[in-house]
Amino acid sequence: MTVFIIRRLLQALLVVFMMSVIVFFGVNIVGDPVYMLVSPDADQADIEAAISRLGLDRPILEQYWLFLKGAAQGDLGDSFIFGEPALRLILHHMPATMELAFSALILAIVIGIPLGLYAGLYPESRMAKGIMAASIFGFSLPTFWVGLMLIMLFAVELRWVPATGRGDLGSFLSIQSSLFTLDGLSHIFLPALNLALLKISLAIRLTRAGVREAMGLDYVKYARAKGLPMRRIILVHVMKNIMIPVVTVMGLEFGSLIGFSVVTETIFAWPGMGKLLIDAILQLDRPVVVAYLMIIVLFFVLINLIVDILYSILDPRVRLQDQGA
Amino acid sequence: MSRVLEVSGLKTHFFTHAGVVKAVDGVDFTVSKGEIMGLVGESGSGKSITGFSILGLIDPPGRIVEGSIRFNGEEIANAKEERLQNLRGNRISMIFQDPMMTLNPVLRVDTQMIEAILAHEPVSKQTAWERSRDALGLVGIPSPEERLRAYPHQLSGGMRQRVAIATAFLNKPDLIIADEPTTALDVTIQAQIIHEAQKLTKKTGTAMIWITHDLAVVAGLAERISVMYAGRIVEQGGIDDVIDRPLHPYTVGLLGSVPTANRRGQRLFQIEGMTPNMLALPEGCAFGPRCHARTDACGLQPSIEDIDGRSLRCFNPQRAAEAVT
Amino acid sequence: MSDVTTDNALSAGEPPVVETPFQRFRAEFFESRIATAALGVFGAIVLLAVLAPWITPQNPYDLAQVSVMDGRLPPGSEAFDGYTMWLGSDGSGRDLYSAILYGLRISLTVGLASGVIALLIGMAIGLVAAYAGGRIEAIIMRIVDLQLSFPASLVALMMVAALGKGVDKIILALVIAQWAYYARTVRATALVERGKEYVEAAQCLGISRFRIVFRHILPNCMAPLIVVGTVQTASAISLEATLSFLGVGLPQTEPSIGVLIANGFEYMLSGRYWISVFPGVALLLTVVSINLVGDHLRDVLNPRLKK
Ligand SMILES: Nc1ncnc2c1ncn2[C@@H]1O[C@H](COP(=O)(O)OP(=O)(O)OP(=O)(O)O)[C@@H](O)[C@H]1O
Ligand code: SF4
Ligand SMILES: [Mg+2]
Repeated sequence: MTVFIIRRLLQALLVVFMMSVIVFFGVNIVGDPVYMLVSPDADQADIEAAISRLGLDRPILEQYWLFLKGAAQGDLGDSFIFGEPALRLILHHMPATMELAFSALILAIVIGIPLGLYAGLYPESRMAKGIMAASIFGFSLPTFWVGLMLIMLFAVELRWVPATGRGDLGSFLSIQSSLFTLDGLSHIFLPALNLALLKISLAIRLTRAGVREAMGLDYVKYARAKGLPMRRIILVHVMKNIMIPVVTVMGLEFGSLIGFSVVTETIFAWPGMGKLLIDAILQLDRPVVVAYLMIIVLFFVLINLIVDILYSILDPRVRLQDQGA
Repeated sequence: MSRVLEVSGLKTHFFTHAGVVKAVDGVDFTVSKGEIMGLVGESGSGKSITGFSILGLIDPPGRIVEGSIRFNGEEIANAKEERLQNLRGNRISMIFQDPMMTLNPVLRVDTQMIEAILAHEPVSKQTAWERSRDALGLVGIPSPEERLRAYPHQLSGGMRQRVAIATAFLNKPDLIIADEPTTALDVTIQAQIIHEAQKLTKKTGTAMIWITHDLAVVAGLAERISVMYAGRIVEQGGIDDVIDRPLHPYTVGLLGSVPTANRRGQRLFQIEGMTPNMLALPEGCAFGPRCHARTDACGLQPSIEDIDGRSLRCFNPQRAAEAVT
Repeated sequence: MSDVTTDNALSAGEPPVVETPFQRFRAEFFESRIATAALGVFGAIVLLAVLAPWITPQNPYDLAQVSVMDGRLPPGSEAFDGYTMWLGSDGSGRDLYSAILYGLRISLTVGLASGVIALLIGMAIGLVAAYAGGRIEAIIMRIVDLQLSFPASLVALMMVAALGKGVDKIILALVIAQWAYYARTVRATALVERGKEYVEAAQCLGISRFRIVFRHILPNCMAPLIVVGTVQTASAISLEATLSFLGVGLPQTEPSIGVLIANGFEYMLSGRYWISVFPGVALLLTVVSINLVGDHLRDVLNPRLKK
């Protein structure tokens, strides 16, 4: 077991290292940020001063070495644009993203599971067919396009909720979040719904498949043979079996929600780290791009690591397989 | 003796894409109070579907198309779901074939037993729990309190089947349908379980339909036996009569494939040919293509007749008996 | 249950009509009206895109043909040159209908090219893994699993952050983001095929691995690869549109559908919906029709799910 965890940890480290190479060299080959940062009529001396200030005159390997050294100490360089440490900039934007992703996850579960349950119980009904057709759309519609439509419908036409930005923050248990104020909620509704759309479809499909499978299984027939009311069979016997895998899978999607929030945040001008990334890419603010990507990689590697370890604890077969390979 | 169950002319058909499957096609039998009746036949002969029809647990594309099922004098074929739900698990219980699949894997044993009581009786949880505990004790489960707290996967197959039997007896039903309850267990456990079940029926006066494809099992257990072939009963009578002097060629064949003490050393007789295709039954006697005693008369459909105090569906009963001896 | 009855029906019923697998596949595919319609819509879209230069009133990127005077006209307006702009015009006076057809050319090219290249590369890598076996296979599959633990959109975003804008770079980014799906598909087939008795028998007879890979694994992974390919191509088209919309995909000089939508975004809040919405509808029809075809292909080609 310990061997297994150590092996996985080393693998995770290796992945993070490899990604740092790819990301760093990739990002640093593109464009020349100096021309964006120095005014067009600056003379050669100004430009050179800027270059050496940003460390861009050193050989790229040395830049990478400095980056690694800094990274080990939690310093991922300063933003070219803001002059602030990139890591601090990202951490500063992180709560907004987390809040958005979290709301989307909750929406997906709260909307997707009941719809999936219905579609699974009455697969031949018109409503169920409608739900499934909608979920195919949910899967195929590009998020950004749905975002645009949401803005057009709810913010421009109906004027129910504001189109962009994050609302007032409230504080609860010393956590600052827009979920705690009415204004905040009205701001987060559209982006959260937009971000949740794909996951709602996922929840519908997972739940429906699970329900349909479970309904055909012996234990459901047996529960019926015991004379239990349908309500209890569905809510206790079926749902309890399905909720565990569905919620687990949905939880695993949290990482991808954070990844996808790049799109949603850009459309809804949500001040999270995804929007920060796009702005940084457009402005060639390399340290911020690199720092964001490193943090995301770290995040995913961590999620996978935790999942792997949890599974290996829960399922002894995984461990054996790993030793065999 | 009072009749608990009277089934007559029962037809349950499945309307599939490939055609109509006449899984049960004209079945008549009665079960009296405290009696154990064996229902025997090859795989696919319609035994389980007969059992499910009695409980009203036939799902589309199947339905009971004809016939009557009288339970304590009340007609329950195609009765209202409400009424059936009331009877299931309360007046008529069922035990399923595979104990590994029938208990819900995510619910504790106590939950699954208590709910069977609470679905039919407004007693306190505590009372229900005590009754469940006592029921487990009755089927020979040691330390029932502990078992009640277990999840199904913590119990062996035999233990789970005992739980299912205990559950079936919980509400002191008038009739229990046991659908091959011992097929999935090994021989010693099988004998114990049969013993427990027999003891309990004696004690409670519950009638029982014991479904099996194994004549040896019912030989020592049932008082009467119904042999089913391709959705119809072909022979029915007292257990000793039928076993000592089978009249239907199919019963003869079934008996021939059971190794018994008094026929030791003799070659085991096997029924030739394949089990029939339920979508394309032959004209005339369904057993015709596999029958040794077949004559020209068999091109017509034999009807069920009373002969020597038993019911038989065959044109040439004597020839059949001669063919083997 | 129903499987059994169907088998019985075949074995005992009248002899089945002789059909080639392709005929059977075709018949089953067209059984679904939705999938047939979707295929028709996709075919029409491709046709429109290919024929764009001959069926549009203007070449929206020939500056001589575009007039700023025509800017932001609502649908149905008459252009300065006299033809009707059925879908209106965009901010710089381009006829939207023309712009959309030209945009589709770019979007489809990017999507199909990256789909095909990713399929070939992924398939090759999957087959190499299956052929080599042992350590090499283990390492390749580790990399595949690892990559698949990141969402494709994130990988693509990382790649464009690293590579920059341009058609070639976007295609490269999409290939990198998607090859692993194909490799995994080949691998799944390989696992099934290897487990089958006849392959075991073949191995015993000393028939080469090469033969196993090309006679057993390759033919059997074609059907799942086609299904994955359709779905991944739709996702590539949608991903390109997303990246372009975010401004990190294709540049203004290569105005795919995503670029058109992005250009219209600024006018949207002022009520000039058409500049974004019509290109959006085109994108939608493309992606949804491919997905519907893919969904149904999966049902038809996967015998396990067959009713
Ligand atoms: N849902 C269904 N759709 C179509 N046919 C069905 C369905 N359920 C059962 N059947 C058919 O009904 C026939 C009888 O099935 P049944 O389960 O009663 O057999 P059985 O005698 O209990 O056999 P076994 O010993 O295998 O349990 C079979 O031929 C089966 O194919
Ligand atoms: S009716 Fe004829 S074919 Fe049928 S079982 Fe009797 S003898 Fe055999
Ligand atoms: Mg059965």
